[in-house]
Amino acid sequence: MEEISVHNQRTDRSRRHARSFSALFDSKTLGYILKRLILTVITIWVVITLTFFLMHAAPGGPFNSEKAITQAAKEALEKKYGLDKPLLEQYFTYLKDIVTKFDFGPSLKLRGRMVNDIIFEGLKTSALLGLAAAVLALVNGVVLGAVAALNRNKFVDRVIMVITTAFVSMPSFIMGTLMLIFFAVTLGILPANGEEAGGMIMPIITLSLSPMSHITRLTRSSMLDVLGQDYIRTAKAKGVAKWDIIFKHALKNSLIPVITYFGPMLAYIVTGSLVIEQIFAVPGIGRAFVKSIINRDYTLIMGTTIVLAMLIVIMNLVSDILYKVVDPRITLE
Amino acid sequence: MKHILTMHLDGNSFLPATEEEKAYMVQMRPSSTFFKDGVRRLLKNPVATVSFFVIVFIVLCSIIIPMVWPYSYSEQLGNVGSASVDASYNNLKPFTYGTSEQEKIDAGEFVFPHLFGTDSSGRDYFIRIVYGTRISLAVGFFASLIVLIIGLVVGSISGYFGGVVDLVIMRIVDIIYSLPDMLMVILLSAALRETNLDKAIEGTVLEKIGGNIISLFIVFALLYWVSMSRLIRGQILSLREQEYVLAAKAAGAKGSWVIRKHLMPNCISVIIISTALQIPSAIFTESYLSFLGLGVNAPMPSLGSLASDALNGVSSYPYRLVIPSIVISLIVLSLNLFGDGLRDAFDPKLNN
Repeated sequence: MEEISVHNQRTDRSRRHARSFSALFDSKTLGYILKRLILTVITIWVVITLTFFLMHAAPGGPFNSEKAITQAAKEALEKKYGLDKPLLEQYFTYLKDIVTKFDFGPSLKLRGRMVNDIIFEGLKTSALLGLAAAVLALVNGVVLGAVAALNRNKFVDRVIMVITTAFVSMPSFIMGTLMLIFFAVTLGILPANGEEAGGMIMPIITLSLSPMSHITRLTRSSMLDVLGQDYIRTAKAKGVAKWDIIFKHALKNSLIPVITYFGPMLAYIVTGSLVIEQIFAVPGIGRAFVKSIINRDYTLIMGTTIVLAMLIVIMNLVSDILYKVVDPRITLE
Repeated sequence: MKHILTMHLDGNSFLPATEEEKAYMVQMRPSSTFFKDGVRRLLKNPVATVSFFVIVFIVLCSIIIPMVWPYSYSEQLGNVGSASVDASYNNLKPFTYGTSEQEKIDAGEFVFPHLFGTDSSGRDYFIRIVYGTRISLAVGFFASLIVLIIGLVVGSISGYFGGVVDLVIMRIVDIIYSLPDMLMVILLSAALRETNLDKAIEGTVLEKIGGNIISLFIVFALLYWVSMSRLIRGQILSLREQEYVLAAKAAGAKGSWVIRKHLMPNCISVIIISTALQIPSAIFTESYLSFLGLGVNAPMPSLGSLASDALNGVSSYPYRLVIPSIVISLIVLSLNLFGDGLRDAFDPKLNN
């Protein structure tokens, strides 16, 4: 019934909507989504299992480094955190707590605090940082890529390509520290500490530079590809205005490959934020993670790794499916 | 006057060829091989050529300079034995000298200058940069080699045997591939750091390299072989089915000929290209880990750990951060550009 009603009011917009709608639910796509879903679940399970056993295989228990601790006190601590039970039992308890309650247990080093609380506290700041960086990278990248493609092989194009090549080859920590030296130490116009007012400006910009360069290159090459298509020539021949061609035909279609970059972009932003938050003293999840490694806070390391890994894996899934839904020409294996 | 019976044929056309005419048919140039063609295309690409020479220059510097430099990367100039006696050697600015060195200079002796000054423990910073470059390059190169070997073996097995073996291997590859690599690398390094590899390798050849670098290699070997093995499997699968392989077989070519003339040249370029592009990403990862404090052990420097150490005194000694940063960026940039050039020159599929 619904299918028919969609058919009847075939305006331009609803037709496009109907197409992607039906594309989402044809059996081949469903099969693909199911396959990806299963792979995602398995991947998350592997991450949890790997993280758990790696952290428990590491010699030197979490309480070994503590001074003036008696054997009895150590045993009491281990009992309190369930570390005296057999490893497999610990593993299944851990897995069960995550699956049923999304609970990562208490922190081993920050007494009386739950890993969940630490993670989600940091995640608020980090999500803001990452989201702002992603939006900035997307906007700047698309604009620069389009400008480069429209001025192909001209001076502007060359400059943009050189800059983006340099940004891609620069590790995030180097960009961060160079920004820090230049804007906070030499010029002194931006605060070096992320907790001060305006302190998030530099981390956001730094984190956006590398994904911006990737998006610029992606947009440029796919825009060049689209500009050579027949329908662009048809539009030109029909006398469509130049800017209408660029915005309605070229840019829109050349943005599709950019969607595939969403997953890797999130992965970059997550790993980049580990060092960026360190450099600019941003109180986010990345800093908590690095701190937990230094402190050997095993439950916090495990919790943070698993949450971040889940984010990346799920984002990869979403961007792959989105890619298919947006462009029905793409066939999936 | 032409005769009808001669059918207008010119008898001169049937004369034996003269020496001059024979010379015309002689091959003027030896036929170009695939490799020569590739090198020629590579040399035509100025960006790739310049990057290549930059890489060679950096590699040679990192090998030769430590041999001739009067200071060593771990020598604390203000120390006698292990006791610190002269703090004036710590945190020297470029081209300045410690007190005892200054006395020597005043007495007319020659003292080798500290080009980049010294670090907070009084170690010559220039040689630390050079040594760090050497470590970073070596880690990048050997990590890529390990990845190549594992990927080659697994990929060939998967592509050659097919069937269940292929299915199982490829599912494992799928899962490892979808793991967030950087997080897993950090986690693995954090776990391996605790295992005290130094003890396990004591007395073996590996001892010289150091436990932390070995654990870096293990991390790379465990995680990064998947894309290489995917690539090689795909190559083998697709090459086996190519028409020219079938044609060669139909023309009576032996298996060894097909492998030597058809499979190897087509496979090897792809393998070399992706190995070349693996090196900068390994250097990237190593510097990242060193920056987080999970890389090489002190006093051994790597470019990442030098940058990380410099972060503490960044307002007083910004050049200590800028120099290793520039070196890393230069290495990664030129390796990337050279790898791109290699791909353009040696990937025959891109040419048409």
